[in-house]
Amino acid sequence: MGTKVLIADDEPNIVVSLEFMMKREGYEVLVARDGNEALEAIRRERPQLVLLDGMMPGLSGFDVCEAVRADQSLSGTRILMLTAKGRETDVARGVGAGADAYVIKPFSTRDLMQQVRDMLA
Amino acid sequence: MIAPSIVLAVSAGYLLLLFAVAAFGDRRAAQGRSVIGNAWIFALSWAVYCSAWTYFGSVGRAAAGGIWFLPIYLGPMLAMLLAWIVLRKMVRIAQTYRITSIADFIASRYGKSPLLAAAVTLITVVGIVPYIALQLKAVSAGYDLLVHGVEQGPEAAQPWWRNGTFAVTLVLAAFTIVFGTRHLDSAERHEGMVAAIAFESVVKLGAFLAVGIFVTWGIFAGPADIWARAQVFPELQSLMRLGGGEGTAAFGHAQWFATTILAMFSVLLLPRQFQMMVVECVDEHHIRRAAWMFSGYLLLINLFVLPLAIGGMVHFGPGGGMDPETFVLSLPLAEGATVLALVAYIGGMSAATGMLIVETVAVSTMVCNDFVMPSLLRLRGFDARAGGDLTELLLNIRRAAIIAVLLLGYLYYRIAGDAYALVSIGLISFAAVAQFAPALLGGIYWRGGTAAGALAGLLGGFAVWAYTLMLPSMAKSGWLPAAFLDPGPFGIELLAPEALPGLTGLDNLTHSLFWSLLVNVSLYVGISLWRGPGAREASQALLFVDVFEQGDDAAEPAPIFWRGRARLEDLVDLSNRLLGPLRARQMFEDYAAETGVADVEAITADARLVDRVERQLAGAVGSASARVMVASVVQEEPLGIADVIEILDEASQLRVYARALEEKSLSLEAATAELRAANEALQSLDHMKDDFMSSVTHELRTPLTSIRALTELMLDTPDMEAEQREKFLRIVVSESERMSRLVNQVLDMAKMESGHAEWHNADVDMRALISDAVTITAEVFRERGAVAVADLPAQVPLIRADPDRLTQVMLNLLTNAAKFVPKETGRAEVILRVRADDLVVTVRDNGPGIPEAQRAAVFERFRQVGDAATRPHGTGLGLPISRRIVEHSGGEMWVEAAPGGGACFAFRLPLGPGEGEGHGHQGADCR
Amino acid sequence: MIRPDKGGGPDRGPLLALFGAALVLFNFPMLMVFDRDATVFGLPLLGVALFVIWAGLIGLLAWVSERPRRRRPRREKGQP
Repeated sequence: MGTKVLIADDEPNIVVSLEFMMKREGYEVLVARDGNEALEAIRRERPQLVLLDGMMPGLSGFDVCEAVRADQSLSGTRILMLTAKGRETDVARGVGAGADAYVIKPFSTRDLMQQVRDMLA
Repeated sequence: MIAPSIVLAVSAGYLLLLFAVAAFGDRRAAQGRSVIGNAWIFALSWAVYCSAWTYFGSVGRAAAGGIWFLPIYLGPMLAMLLAWIVLRKMVRIAQTYRITSIADFIASRYGKSPLLAAAVTLITVVGIVPYIALQLKAVSAGYDLLVHGVEQGPEAAQPWWRNGTFAVTLVLAAFTIVFGTRHLDSAERHEGMVAAIAFESVVKLGAFLAVGIFVTWGIFAGPADIWARAQVFPELQSLMRLGGGEGTAAFGHAQWFATTILAMFSVLLLPRQFQMMVVECVDEHHIRRAAWMFSGYLLLINLFVLPLAIGGMVHFGPGGGMDPETFVLSLPLAEGATVLALVAYIGGMSAATGMLIVETVAVSTMVCNDFVMPSLLRLRGFDARAGGDLTELLLNIRRAAIIAVLLLGYLYYRIAGDAYALVSIGLISFAAVAQFAPALLGGIYWRGGTAAGALAGLLGGFAVWAYTLMLPSMAKSGWLPAAFLDPGPFGIELLAPEALPGLTGLDNLTHSLFWSLLVNVSLYVGISLWRGPGAREASQALLFVDVFEQGDDAAEPAPIFWRGRARLEDLVDLSNRLLGPLRARQMFEDYAAETGVADVEAITADARLVDRVERQLAGAVGSASARVMVASVVQEEPLGIADVIEILDEASQLRVYARALEEKSLSLEAATAELRAANEALQSLDHMKDDFMSSVTHELRTPLTSIRALTELMLDTPDMEAEQREKFLRIVVSESERMSRLVNQVLDMAKMESGHAEWHNADVDMRALISDAVTITAEVFRERGAVAVADLPAQVPLIRADPDRLTQVMLNLLTNAAKFVPKETGRAEVILRVRADDLVVTVRDNGPGIPEAQRAAVFERFRQVGDAATRPHGTGLGLPISRRIVEHSGGEMWVEAAPGGGACFAFRLPLGPGEGEGHGHQGADCR
Repeated sequence: MIRPDKGGGPDRGPLLALFGAALVLFNFPMLMVFDRDATVFGLPLLGVALFVIWAGLIGLLAWVSERPRRRRPRREKGQP
């Protein structure tokens, strides 16, 4: 069984690019379109890594992150937050919510892949 | 004829009733439920003007001179027309400075001059005491008539102790002492006395009307009957003509005018009138109503004078031996209506006693405060620093003065008897008090009057009055040789008292009034102008003339013209002695409370306190005496005229400061509120800008992220499949388009918000514009298998707007609809309707619609409502921009639910220019 | 600086006008108008005239004194 990665983002074109990258790396890719869907997928599929968009309709990425961290059984889940808002308060909020890493959109695909590899190592 | 015992018993009963009424008034006052605190009682108390001289004398004068009795009451009518202006000012002054008599008023105005107070008192005593005698004579004559009957005529050959008049005098003295010297402070009202006087006014009016009605309709058959029967007597015909029997040319219009003016002054200046109108005034606003009520009273009491006079003469026959002055009594007596005659007698007694009581209180106050007190103060060992409570002494002086004044009146009555000097005293008294008019009225309207001027005027006028009116009346009584009158003293015709200097053709009253007032006014004005006012006169002039401008509130204190040093203990001691410890304590406690000081000992003895003490003492001993006593216990700096101006400047400066401060703090408050509002607006703007920027960056980063990621991936993956690569490239292109669209719209929005957008207005045919928009978007709809249809009227009026912008609005609404309608079955409809003064465009679709809660939000920037997973992409600026365009064109845009659940956007545009508001959303074709 | 009186009261103008009118009506030569041998309801004209004028003045004084004080309409600022 390969490494499961969940992509949670409401922008379909970003999902396309992330999906391509993760598949090229050989991970099993799951996609969620909003916060609720993402949380559900995390609980059901138990992915090792979640690429989580901060700004999603309904349950936001930060809410999902907090929910995951609050759940002991999901403690192994690594979370990488992606957000289009680059302000420091957002970074702090992401870290405060318990994200393992924080990447600002638009991102460099190489840097992001390196980050993902490090986190899954 | 009525038995003396009955007359005496009724008289005694009436006087007892008077005591009861007064006692009732005082008791109610003590309970704080004043009976005199209304304009009715106030007006009735003024009717003390109608003395026995009116009650009996009017008929007598009417019998002799017809309508000539009227000027005495027309004058007061004139005065009442100005009461609200003049009398109210006198009341305000008297109450502000605690003035208790007309002597005090004049003296206080001219620098609190004791000399002036004494002069006014002297004139009053000389002018008024005979008038008091006249009242006693009326009571006595009435008694005689009742007891001895009509036929015999009055006989005076009785020892004085047997005559009821003396008893009446004593009873009245007792009454006046009991109710007129209740408290030392004359500035406090004598409520019982006022109530009794008002009661007496009702009695005399009622009695006189009763007699009038009895004579007019009882003896005769109405006023017309009296006049018809008077036709028999040719001498009565002339009574109702101005010039008597000698035609209009003989009308003494100068005398008519002089008498009117004299009465006008008298109604304000007679001591009893001043006492009732000014000193006893409860509330100056009562003057407004009392003025016309009192006028009405005078009219009523004069209504039957002519019928009584003419009826009496018709009844008894002209020159029938009956004195017309007694008609009020003799007509009922002659008809056997003894009860009515008794009532009429009581009415006359009420007229006489009312006048006696009030006049005595007023005169005794003056005598005590302005004659006796200054003399006592001049005595060694009596200066204000000596110990001992003086209140009882002062009260006793006043009581003694009351008895003295009444006894003096009685004495004069006994001596003068039926002499001319007594009979004619009414108008002579009026002429005496008219001498007060220049000093008093000038004093409250002219700042330039001086004490020297006022004193010279008063004494000069008084001297002329005595020479031209008083002495001749004595000569006519036989007390002076007749040669004094004619040809003149020492045989000098130029000095003839009633024809000075050789001026003939005037009656004696007009002659005297002319010369005395001319001398009075000339001296008053002349000397005042010659030597200007001193510091104290100038400061008092300001306080009097500008009394309505002296604020009584603490924020705008009246100026206090006093400088010096005082010790609190001295002032307390002085107040204790003159006011009594109780009232003095009360005064200092009130003052402490007013100035916000904890207790009496902590009061600072400054100018304000000295002024307060002096005013309170003035209420008790008169302002001139109070001035002397206060001056004796403090160290004063003599004030120069420059000091007065300086104090005045300070006071007005203080006023200006107080006002400025008030205005400043108000404007400061307003400015603070404005600033706060502006700050809040700025903060919210700042917030909105932050939100906007943050939203824009977010919206820009999103397509940028896809573009960057996909291009990097393509760059790093040279061996990418062509199909994959093409898919990526398409996304890159579409995201680039999205970005440029976004950039354009943000710029558009920013321009519109800042007002820099360019508008190219033209005449727009909405019908064509909508058709074009539908055509342009037809392709978009077809891609989704949907259709857009337009429902347009055959013809629409042109509107003035920017066609490109409106096209933008239509395209935005149509593409929105295209995005949301379901595939294959999608349908959008554009409807244009013309209303009275606007056009309404409706775009409705059969898409998912917008929940009601979110309808307002769709026009907010970057608010894309609905489910992210299912909603098509947009910039979130289309609708806000569309709405702005419509609003800029004078219309409005809104959203509703379409039937079947779709969305329905609508906007209206005004037909005429400048019309924007007020047609609501009705008429949109959502349903 | 004129402090308006608290509590109102009649205006000075009408009172002064009434005073002037009374001065004229009660004096020479106005009284000459009524000085003739005519009668009103059987009463001599002059006496009737004096009392009627008098009553009229009292009525006017009462009306001026008792009517509610007129407030001058305040002009709004800044309105075109």
